[in-house]
Amino acid sequence: MMSAASQETAVSTGRIARTFIYLVLLLFSLYYLLPLYVMVVNSVKPLSEITGGNMMALPQTFTLEPWASAWSTAQIGVEPTGLKPYFINSILMVVPAVAISTILGALNGYVLTKWRFKYDGIVFGLLLFSCFIPFQIVLIPMAVVLGKLGIAGSVSGLVLVHVVYGIGFTTLYYRNYYAAFPTELVRAAMIDGAGFFRIFWRILLPVSGPITVVSVIWQFTNIWNDFLFGVSFGGTRQPMTVALNNLVQSSTGVKEYNVHFAGAILAALPTLLVYIVAGRYFVRGLMAGSVKG
Amino acid sequence: MKSHAEIDFRTRLQDWLPKLVLAPSFAVTLLFVYGFIIFTVVLSFTGSKMLPLYTFVGLENYRKLWALEHWHTALVNIAIFASLYIVICTIVGLALAIFLDQKIRGEGVLRPIYLYPMALSFIVTGTAWKWFLDPGIGLERAMHLWGWESFSFTWIKDSNMAIYTIVIAAVWQTSGFVMAMFLAGLRGIDNEILKAAQIDGATSFQLYRRIVIPLLRPAFLSAFVILSHLAIKSYDLVIALTGGGPGRATELPATFMYSYTFTRNQMGIGASSAVMMLMAIAAIMIPYLYSELKEKA
Repeated sequence: MMSAASQETAVSTGRIARTFIYLVLLLFSLYYLLPLYVMVVNSVKPLSEITGGNMMALPQTFTLEPWASAWSTAQIGVEPTGLKPYFINSILMVVPAVAISTILGALNGYVLTKWRFKYDGIVFGLLLFSCFIPFQIVLIPMAVVLGKLGIAGSVSGLVLVHVVYGIGFTTLYYRNYYAAFPTELVRAAMIDGAGFFRIFWRILLPVSGPITVVSVIWQFTNIWNDFLFGVSFGGTRQPMTVALNNLVQSSTGVKEYNVHFAGAILAALPTLLVYIVAGRYFVRGLMAGSVKG
Repeated sequence: MKSHAEIDFRTRLQDWLPKLVLAPSFAVTLLFVYGFIIFTVVLSFTGSKMLPLYTFVGLENYRKLWALEHWHTALVNIAIFASLYIVICTIVGLALAIFLDQKIRGEGVLRPIYLYPMALSFIVTGTAWKWFLDPGIGLERAMHLWGWESFSFTWIKDSNMAIYTIVIAAVWQTSGFVMAMFLAGLRGIDNEILKAAQIDGATSFQLYRRIVIPLLRPAFLSAFVILSHLAIKSYDLVIALTGGGPGRATELPATFMYSYTFTRNQMGIGASSAVMMLMAIAAIMIPYLYSELKEKA
């Protein structure tokens, strides 16, 4: 009994206060749900029902036409390709970038906590500060370097950019997580003659599930949702966010709001799915890491 | 029996292996972060226009930058946006966390509703709010159709008010995340302290004001650091929601930097604005990170 209740606060409140609390909580859930409702409802209406009707109303004629158009025929920039090729660009960019930055982060975190050396604090400090720079400060040199490397406007260029600026965060996550892991176990394995990679593979990796979930979700949402690097270095292989923005901001022709909303949901779907499937582990892992420090 | 030399080689390899594993990440960070920062700082002292040039002009770019009306607009906007965004997110996040912590029925349903916006891209958020706030087809029109003829909400088209629509959308996106941070803080507080205070006759309000909120200090600090960092970097949301307009009404330093560097071919000035942004973030982040690392050591 006690242990089940200990998570909750011990403060008690009166009936009027409780009604007020429920009211506020419900009002805020309306605020958070409203834009999603607007997007979903209007993405399945014919355009005439939006321009000639009420955006808040449910559809009178249900149609998936806007979704089909957003996916495969809508005008993105000058080409009537729909969002599909850009969705593929995003997938091709996000999968390797997440995998590489997470693997490097895990190894870095392992070295920084279990194989400490002189000045490792400075190395970590430099990696940590790199998480928080405004990316505007690296845009110009990055454009120059990607050009010199011949990978400007390519998916591999974007993968490189996202790995480089993702390592700081992944290292931070794994370092904080491994710091709480008993170093004695690692020492014992060393005395038994286990090497660097064997210790990582056999001892640390098997317990790294929770922090890997955090790292993968963090990297996936950040990279999928990135706009600045995509618009700066995407060239003809732009990611989904840039294509969606081009679709919505297009100044020619009739504004197809229903197609815009369908496109917005398509752009949001992968991260929303990840969030729905694994979001609870993300918050839990994040909080566990930050509370422990 | 292995030879002496072989064992020696193996132990030396084991000594070097950790550093070898860390080296690529460290080298890449030195080059792509710190090298690039130096590169941009150098460019900010040159007369670069469309492409980097190495003709040094001293502080000319900074002088020009601070004389630009356009930059002043961006600074006023970031001041309005950042202060409202940070304050409102903190108040909303804290209030929701405290309310959710009152043994609420359906907490498991409410929490994900508050949190899901943080999974979305700012471009998606911007698109949804752009059309929802558009007086011609969105909220204002819906109110008119429901019979509230005098209802007017044209902020997004009004150059004096447009910056506040960015606050609305940005708060929508992040306040749930701030709520989660405070909720974790609240759940970490020892209930015995609260019970003792209640036995001493403290009211709920006093309890929160005198005991709980002071105990949440670390959560306040993290929220402030994360929100101010997000505010200074804000770029995508403005692009999607208002495109910096109407006119230049919602220009922020991040949009200023991009347009001066890549569309107006004033790379020197663009670089100097990026340096100003870095300095603003460093002024917040360095003391914070320093104290965090000190505490843990």
